[in-house]
Amino acid sequence: MHPGFIFLAVVIGSVVFHLVTPWWWTDIASNWGGMDDTILLTFWIAGGVFILVCLFIVYCVFKFSYKEGRKAEYKPEDNKLEKILTWATALGVAALLAPGLVVWSQFIKTPSNAINVEVMAWQWGWQYRLPGEDGKLGTTQVTNISDENLFGINLDDPYGKDDILIQSSELHIKKDKPVKILLRSVDVLHNFYVPQFRAKMDSVPGVVTYYWFEPNKIGEYEVLCAEYCGVGHYGMRGTVFVDNEQNYKNWLNEQETFSDVMAKFEQIKLDVNKKLAKK
Amino acid sequence: MSEDYYDSNTSYKAQSSETISSGSGSVSDIDYVKPKEVPDQELYHGHSFITKYIFCQDAKVIGVQYTLTAVFTGIIGLILSWMMRMQLGFPELFPVLTSETYYQFVTMHGMIMVVYLLTALFLGGFGNYLIPLMVGARDMVFPYVNMVSYWMFFVAVLVLMASFFVPGGPTGAGWTLYPPQTLLEGTPGSGIGIMLMLISLALFVIGFTMGGLNYVITILQARTRGMTLMRMPLTVWGIFTATILALLAFPALFVGAIMMSLDKLLGTSFFMPTIIQAGEMLEYGGGSPILFQHLFWFFGHPEVYIVALPAFGIVSDLISVHARKNIFGYRMMVWAIVAIGAISFFVWAHHMYVSGMSPWFGFFFATTTLIIAIPTAMKVYNWVLTLWKGNIRMNVVMLFCLGFLITFVNGGITGLFLGNVAVDVPLSDTYFVIAHFHMVMGIAPVLVILGAIYHWFPLVTGRFLDEKLGKWHFWITFLGSYSIYFPMHYLGFIGVPRRYFEMYDSPYMTSAVGMNQFISLAAFIVGAAQFIFLFNIIKSLKIGKLADKNPWKANSLEWYTPNVPPVHGNWGDKLPVVHRWPYDYNVPGAKEDFIPQTTPPSEVKDTGVEKT
Repeated sequence: MHPGFIFLAVVIGSVVFHLVTPWWWTDIASNWGGMDDTILLTFWIAGGVFILVCLFIVYCVFKFSYKEGRKAEYKPEDNKLEKILTWATALGVAALLAPGLVVWSQFIKTPSNAINVEVMAWQWGWQYRLPGEDGKLGTTQVTNISDENLFGINLDDPYGKDDILIQSSELHIKKDKPVKILLRSVDVLHNFYVPQFRAKMDSVPGVVTYYWFEPNKIGEYEVLCAEYCGVGHYGMRGTVFVDNEQNYKNWLNEQETFSDVMAKFEQIKLDVNKKLAKK
Repeated sequence: MSEDYYDSNTSYKAQSSETISSGSGSVSDIDYVKPKEVPDQELYHGHSFITKYIFCQDAKVIGVQYTLTAVFTGIIGLILSWMMRMQLGFPELFPVLTSETYYQFVTMHGMIMVVYLLTALFLGGFGNYLIPLMVGARDMVFPYVNMVSYWMFFVAVLVLMASFFVPGGPTGAGWTLYPPQTLLEGTPGSGIGIMLMLISLALFVIGFTMGGLNYVITILQARTRGMTLMRMPLTVWGIFTATILALLAFPALFVGAIMMSLDKLLGTSFFMPTIIQAGEMLEYGGGSPILFQHLFWFFGHPEVYIVALPAFGIVSDLISVHARKNIFGYRMMVWAIVAIGAISFFVWAHHMYVSGMSPWFGFFFATTTLIIAIPTAMKVYNWVLTLWKGNIRMNVVMLFCLGFLITFVNGGITGLFLGNVAVDVPLSDTYFVIAHFHMVMGIAPVLVILGAIYHWFPLVTGRFLDEKLGKWHFWITFLGSYSIYFPMHYLGFIGVPRRYFEMYDSPYMTSAVGMNQFISLAAFIVGAAQFIFLFNIIKSLKIGKLADKNPWKANSLEWYTPNVPPVHGNWGDKLPVVHRWPYDYNVPGAKEDFIPQTTPPSEVKDTGVEKT
């Protein structure tokens, strides 16, 4: 069989696979449809180039296969053609880049009404901190971190007292309300990634990184760690629930504040001291 | 670059008019080539087995040594990938593999393939063998340093392999070696393993620097008479530019390795912030993990082109020879290689869009990254335009070139997804990335290497590789690897993250199970096909069809040595004199369909030669 047929089959096979694939992105549950659109646009432009170039190769393979005595064309250069191709490529590239940069500028500018949610990552799990009544997260310091103060909140910061601490891998957020995810890590790099929200960012020990999104579909979503973080990396999962207003409030009311937690620890300490005193 | 070309032409004419006035009789004046400016190189000729084959100063032997060592490590890298695919496709059949060993294999596979196979093979292997032959030199300019370069590489490989046998095993930090991960106890091999890795890399960089200076200086200083820069084969241009990139990029890795060793051994905190591990505060503080990522990718991205540019160069020559047609747009090709090389130093942070670096960098690096697509696309156009109206021999070498083109275009366009910062956000750290970089800098360069071995095997050994086995080898490798990586992009769309030891309990990922099994099967078959190739080499060395001199009817100098295979010193008594570029195929009016670089203009007066 002429090898051209197999190369042609590869091109056709690729297109067919693309059309019938059952593996496609998960249903989007956030405002980042722009990312999906840019991917689709890239598919159209880049995919079109791929098909054209491959078909050109296949044509050449059929048409110009070796024949004894046939003369190949001798044409070292063609400035005009090269210029046209350069500019056409530049144009295509610009058409991809421009929408990409627009989406990126939206991605890095968090809306002012976003709720801050701190995501604290460690080997291997997640916990979260939400601002309390005052709407502000208390400042933190890594060196403050202890069994009693898992987030390292500064004790003298009044904003910290009413922070809501969620010492579980399950986080609830409100539908249609932008969330600013503030990422921290106590040990190594991690990455808080929910495929349905599209967005992701590494958490880096020593700095606070961020990204934002607006969840727009009620449901339960799995959190994956998307930055290799050691032998337990693949098991570092969590859950995000996107709730309606009422469910979110109910959940929020069940959570403990930093003061609650501190008080609990105080109580435990008192109990222990009492026991010791009795003995 | 174009100025250089015209300059060389005008000086050529000026020189020839001088010779008319001085009345040099015997050589017809249009054949005049500037005389040599430096005396012939004196070489140390080995006499014993040890000086001829082991501690040898002949660049060709060193090239073969590099190739064999690199292929040996490559086979280990291949076996590691089998283990990984076994775990990903059939975890229940292979319960011995723990997550520790899995991550160790991931790490070693990556590092071996990128540095110890591809870099060493293209620059150390093809560079050593081809540069002196193609530019018409007797050897590299510093043969002794060249020999030491290989042995440094050899020791680097030994140190790397030793890490499999030390307590704790090799490092399992991922080939990117990101701190703080790398140095902490949640990572396998965070003790001796990582130190051996860093030492091995440092040795590799030292050895490479010795070789690299040799390649660059040989190309700049030791070209034969008439071999202007713009008459060099694109293979030499590719290796030359890649070597310059490597000389500038590897120091970043070297420095990173040293700083990391200090963090490990002396407790400095270059890359280590305050860290609490398992409830215990470590003694580090104030360092920046992202700093390491910048150093790593300042090396790591040019590294992609260190592998790609020699492949670009070699494939240009293979396509031109076997399509019996001049490479289309030679000057554009040279310009593109140089441009890609230069821009490749300004794109590194596209590996770090979601690393937590300042998000404003995203605009800059997305722009530079997409700009680099333009010269790359030009190269692709010129390759396929070289096929246009050619007289294409459909042999194994050409098949590998065509396989490269399709794979490379596929891998290149997925780069447009990942380079475009906003699109990278959902796709980064997923299987899409794995698919992209394996296509573009794994399979594509490997196809070129294989094609190049089929092409130059007759030069090195005097015998052909078996064409029939070669065709089997090609089709299994090309179709197999395409069916590994093409569907893998789609797993990335679902969101399947990379570097997961297992993953199937996630609801939307269960659909990937069948595909993962298919990919694993394809990987086993493609790997096995490489053993057909090894068998072919061994068989052909002994009983392969004998090759005539210049069996492919190529123009470039390496096929015109007095002895084939070429002996030490390459050229016998007289160095060749070059009169033209290496791409004069099917020139109108010429007797044969090729005009060697050594043919003087007086012999092809009546032909339509356009470019010299």
